[in-house]
Amino acid sequence: MTRIVVGPFNRVEGDLEVSLDLDDGRVGAAYVNSPLFRGFEQVLVGRPALDALAIVPRICGICSVAQSHAAALALADAMGLAPTPNGLLSRHLVTATENLADHLAHFYLFFMPDFTRPAYAGRPWHAGAVTRFTAMTGEAAAEVLAARTGFLRLMGLLAGRWPHSLALQPGGSTKAVSAAERVRLLSHLREFRSFLERRLFGDALQAVAGLASRDALLAWAGERDSDFAAFIRMALDLGLDRIGRADDAFLSYGAYGLFPAGSWQAGAGAELAPAAIAEDSRYAWLADGRPRHPAQGETIIAADKADAYTWCKAPRYGGQPFEVGALARQIVAGHPLLRDLVARDGGSVLARVVARLLELALVVPAMEAWVQALQPGEPYCMSGPVPDEASGVGLAEAARGSLGHWLSIRRGRIERYQIIAPTTWNFSPRDDGGMPGPLETALVGLPAGEAAPPTIQHVVRSFDPCMVCTVH
Amino acid sequence: MKIVWLQSGGCGGCTQSLLCHEPRPLFDEFRDAGIEFVWHPALSLDSGVDALALLDDCAEGRREFDALCVEGAMLRGPNGTGRFHLMAGSGRPLTEWVQRLASRAKWVFAIGSCTAYGGFSANTPGNPLEACGLQYDEQTPGGLLGARFRSGGGLPVVNIAGCPTHPGWVVDTLEKACLGDLQAEDLDEFGRPLLYAGGLVHHGCARNEYYEFKASAEKHSDLGCLMENLGCKGTQAHADCNLRPWNGNGSCLRGGFACIACTEPGFESPGHAFQETPKLAGIPIGLPTDMPKAWFVALAALSKSATPKRVRDNATVDQPVVLPAIRKKGGGK
Repeated sequence: MTRIVVGPFNRVEGDLEVSLDLDDGRVGAAYVNSPLFRGFEQVLVGRPALDALAIVPRICGICSVAQSHAAALALADAMGLAPTPNGLLSRHLVTATENLADHLAHFYLFFMPDFTRPAYAGRPWHAGAVTRFTAMTGEAAAEVLAARTGFLRLMGLLAGRWPHSLALQPGGSTKAVSAAERVRLLSHLREFRSFLERRLFGDALQAVAGLASRDALLAWAGERDSDFAAFIRMALDLGLDRIGRADDAFLSYGAYGLFPAGSWQAGAGAELAPAAIAEDSRYAWLADGRPRHPAQGETIIAADKADAYTWCKAPRYGGQPFEVGALARQIVAGHPLLRDLVARDGGSVLARVVARLLELALVVPAMEAWVQALQPGEPYCMSGPVPDEASGVGLAEAARGSLGHWLSIRRGRIERYQIIAPTTWNFSPRDDGGMPGPLETALVGLPAGEAAPPTIQHVVRSFDPCMVCTVH
Repeated sequence: MKIVWLQSGGCGGCTQSLLCHEPRPLFDEFRDAGIEFVWHPALSLDSGVDALALLDDCAEGRREFDALCVEGAMLRGPNGTGRFHLMAGSGRPLTEWVQRLASRAKWVFAIGSCTAYGGFSANTPGNPLEACGLQYDEQTPGGLLGARFRSGGGLPVVNIAGCPTHPGWVVDTLEKACLGDLQAEDLDEFGRPLLYAGGLVHHGCARNEYYEFKASAEKHSDLGCLMENLGCKGTQAHADCNLRPWNGNGSCLRGGFACIACTEPGFESPGHAFQETPKLAGIPIGLPTDMPKAWFVALAALSKSATPKRVRDNATVDQPVVLPAIRKKGGGK
């Protein structure tokens, strides 16, 4: 057995290193290291409660408003405040804009360039992949930047700017959309839909959203001229529909009032039970003890701890590792295509990528409806006092999955603030019982080492990790 | 201009912001301006040993590059070891990579306020991360590279501060350097390019009429000026956010929330709640830059007494309730 260290993994958000124990060219065990520590939970302690809204977006430049959203929910919970109807629609729109922009950027900028690697020069699709998906200079790169930039103009109208907005508040949004701005929002959405239908899918969004099985997906992809169809063909050729499986245990906090919260495991769903969440610090460079529910969580640096290997804690749900993300959201929500893919081959690389792109097809029409439902002239924001003593929970869905904030307030100031980010779930280290996290499981058995194909690159990026959130 | 880009104690948001460059997509703009990434952690193909070999070649002078762009605070802890960020696969502190590469670079750019001055990482109580900027500890020259550091081109670190930076600030600064036209006198005393930090966020603010009459917002989503009550520092913050809009036509003020002066060193710990204006005897403590207090008090009293009904009534609602009067030719009063 030999150990190799793989890193840096670029085209992920933040820095990532993976140690692999190899047995005859295959991964026997994997250890995921998040090699950077940020310390935001400490920054927040002692601040005025509403300062969280200015601080937490800076945890992450790619899930910035998701962090805002979770903080606004946690504060609203503590304050006993509910958003106005316009404020709620605005919140859906802002979080959906970020999530969909992330899905799009992940596919084109982070995931697809791996198909252009010289190792695949012998494949019949390689030349086409190089033309279209070469990092930064492929023909799709500039097209997708233009589409993404145009789409993020929604943020200019709804949240002032992106990333790092203070628009999302416990009682709604600071930005009241005017009648003229409502028209422009629809125009930007139309432009974005057009890009998706022309280049990404080569079909109407409704047709993609309606694909209901693996067979239907493959028949649809066929020889279709679109980036999604090209991905399906390449992924099948490389067997990415059969690798990358973790524990097939999925968790979602629910999004936009469109996708419900819950868990799904061994073919059965269950209601979300937030009390079942706990974090274990056994293999993190943090002081450990018994696993704690995040409302009682602690983050105390222990940089010299023997046998620790990451700055990431190990979150568990009912004591088990769970996978979060677009695939988990759609499995919990019961989308028939993804249920079928997982029933056949588990949560594969293919299934994760399909789930993200499917969300583009599902959510853009919902966004169009939310904009239509905005009522200019009706209030956007409720205000209320911050109690001297209170606690609150904010459970939201970022592009990469379930994001939770747990806070307590004492004398109007933050006494404790704990965050569990999506990639903390997916790239969790082992826990006290030695149980590996989802990526650590997903890598076992794969070819790795000098002569191996870039298989593990696909598996790691299929989770769309965000390391800067992980190590908040 | 060949760029090596590194990320450390930050959120990656400056890269995400940069990718929003308009009107031209960033990759087209850079290609035609002669700017290319030798390596960028979020964008390049090369991973693992290939990426490390490439960076090592640059650090040892075996491969040419022109500019080092760093995004994120420098984490020197614990105890000066840099172990809060060992660059993946290398086992070496990211701070060491930055020092090696900076010594070879013609220009060094700090992308964002974390990189320039230390950011939120440096604002953890007691700063256990030993975080700092490339050439500053907040307002104090020093940082990782030291106050005397000069890059190959003779400049100190160029601090493209902002949290995040505006894509235009980065692109314009890099392109100015490409033209051989970036000089020491183009930077302010905190190392920020004057091309965006030479004015105030207040300039061009769409709420200026409310400011003039001190017609203030009282709660979130109100249309009035955010300075008196809601913590806005636009009259003190150096940047052109309201002249050079964000994401199409946005800005913090247009989004209805306060400027928190994110281009200024130390903005992370203002000493008061971000969304509240600290006051003494009812007068905001943080007065507009260049404005003597007595004048401000006198002017505020005068303008409040002269506020038109339209401005006063609209300041505390989220859609205008009084529209500007229309004057008709000939018959107007």
